[in-house]
Amino acid sequence: MSSRASTVSTALAVAPGPSLSAWGMLPMPGTEIITEDLSHSTLDAVLSRGLGRSYGDSSLPARATDRVVATRHANRILGFDPETGILRVEAGFALAELNRLFMPLGFFSPVTPGTKFVTVGGMVASDVHGKNHHREGCFGAHVRWLKVRLADNSVVTCSPTELPDLFDGTIGGMGLLGHILEVEFTLHRIPSQWVYMESERVPDIDSFISGLNTAAPKWPMTMGWIDCLTRGRSMGRGVLMAGRWAEAHEAPATTPRLGPKITLPFMLPNWLLNPLTASLFNFAYYWRHFQKKKTTLVKPEPFFYPLDAILHWNRAYGARGFTQYQCVLPRRAGEKAVSAFMERLTALGGASPLCVIKDCGEEGRGVLSFPMEGTSIAVDMAVSPDIQHIVDNLNAFVIETGGRIYLTKDRFTRADQFRKMEPRLDRFMALRDKYDPQRRLRSAQSVRLFGDRA
Amino acid sequence: MKAVILGGTNGIGRAIARHLAERGDAVFLLGRDADELERSAADLKARHPKQRPAGTALCDLEAPEGFAAALDAADAGLDRFDTVIVTAAMFATQDRLEADIAFTQRLLTVNFANTVVFCEHVKKRLLARGGGRLAVFSSVAGDRGRKPVALYGASKAGLSAYLEALDHKHHADKLAVLCVKPGFVKTGMTAGLKPPPFAGEPEGVARDVVRALDRRKPMLYTPSMWQLVMAVIKRLPRFVMRKIGF
Repeated sequence: MSSRASTVSTALAVAPGPSLSAWGMLPMPGTEIITEDLSHSTLDAVLSRGLGRSYGDSSLPARATDRVVATRHANRILGFDPETGILRVEAGFALAELNRLFMPLGFFSPVTPGTKFVTVGGMVASDVHGKNHHREGCFGAHVRWLKVRLADNSVVTCSPTELPDLFDGTIGGMGLLGHILEVEFTLHRIPSQWVYMESERVPDIDSFISGLNTAAPKWPMTMGWIDCLTRGRSMGRGVLMAGRWAEAHEAPATTPRLGPKITLPFMLPNWLLNPLTASLFNFAYYWRHFQKKKTTLVKPEPFFYPLDAILHWNRAYGARGFTQYQCVLPRRAGEKAVSAFMERLTALGGASPLCVIKDCGEEGRGVLSFPMEGTSIAVDMAVSPDIQHIVDNLNAFVIETGGRIYLTKDRFTRADQFRKMEPRLDRFMALRDKYDPQRRLRSAQSVRLFGDRA
Repeated sequence: MKAVILGGTNGIGRAIARHLAERGDAVFLLGRDADELERSAADLKARHPKQRPAGTALCDLEAPEGFAAALDAADAGLDRFDTVIVTAAMFATQDRLEADIAFTQRLLTVNFANTVVFCEHVKKRLLARGGGRLAVFSSVAGDRGRKPVALYGASKAGLSAYLEALDHKHHADKLAVLCVKPGFVKTGMTAGLKPPPFAGEPEGVARDVVRALDRRKPMLYTPSMWQLVMAVIKRLPRFVMRKIGF
């Protein structure tokens, strides 16, 4: 118990002096250099970060004096070909800006994560996946070319044919092989700016898995919200959403308007989000979908980014901060593995209303990319004295099934457990030996999980 | 609006160029790095493929002999500009400047003497065509002599005084002169410094500047909170200014 408590208190201790934090609001001492000019600012830098939307410590410095570059102002479009949809941008170009500029032209990112407040560089470093993973794979599958600054300060370009090992390692490599300076990738054409969505209320976890399986061949985009608090017969009930871009003739003539900007202006108290309020929310959310099944035309914003509607929604967890536990359980572990995982999760408690389930397609080319064929489950949790215990316990289960966790979300996994779930780590470390033998590039996460020096 | 932006490849200048292009105004970029100019022009072209592509020309505030040629190029590219915006300047911390007097001389020359000379070139052209708009970035640092910005602030104080007089002198000639006084804004210029409270983002400052240009205002504090902050600082008695580090 004492070791558990001390881990949490170190994580929570706010150091005197400037600090940086990511989306989970657990700060680390350090500062970031915000500049438009990556070609100079990344010289001798040890880490690049985008908009700081990763939940854990992958964008945070290992040491307060580490040179960390924020890329978000390096945000120029360097070229776009409307014939092919090929777009080249500086690493700090944000997905929100991409959507705003290119949706009216009939283009959309080939893959989008659950928030638009990310940079393209970050999308490569995390090799993000989205609702269309079962069809389109990760973002990295659509990247054609990268310009990267290596640890020795040289600048190189790589692609599936040029330095392919560096290319594969950089995709999903959490920025640890080099600073991503420029990215070229292919946008997808969309027939309209509206999404045709079918949603269904699902009574339990087993029906959920079979629902996702039936939807996958029919729909290019699927995902589900599940209730991670209800136990027993209704465990894992939720709402399954499937969608596709609406054809031009189905869509309204109007372009979808962005909703009003709502900001959570201050930190809410820690106690506000508790098991009771979370259960009430889940009950309401589940039964709000009163019809068993319905089809609607929806705007892309609430479909892809429901939480972006409220800026700074992370403040709802209070100053204690929060984390997200996201793992993927391989298909070969069987469907029972998912319900067993849900049983363990609901028994451990600590889950918040935000819990998302998604079937993943084949593993991509990124050496450390998260998705593998199977079921991904993501659940937000407020940081509590129990958090280390909960993460250890869930990790033990994930290791048994042969699954893995998502580095972009992780803050609490222990190095020994990470090694057990990541047989690809040796290959990644071999790439680091080749491109950064001195281990100059590092993050708080790489110290915690990869054994880099602090 | 047909706007020339000196410093339009970076920071607030870049944000202003985008903001103007987005609403359909024609822009022409001046800067001292050909590669940067090309990349920024490509950015504007990709954002607004249907508009006339932004022209570019080299112009370095350290080389006043090139000002006239750069403005000629802008005139040709825009078919006579009616608005000029100057965001380019040098910045360094007081420590850095005190340690290097030669560098101090460069900064004072660029931020004051050469910027004024550039404005004189612009003024002549705009007056000859019946007026126009000139927006120049000074700084809140010029509002009061302060310890951490003694040298940089002095260069901006001189510039603010010049811009104010220019407005007095030529307001009746339909030349609208806007003195922009930004507070701390997170750009490459301030990279590495710890942002104070109320630090601005380039996009917000750009919006404020374009609105002030539209309304032909003579002065703008942005983010607006700095107007209040400076009002207090300007009233602090000398014995307080000697004590505090701000």
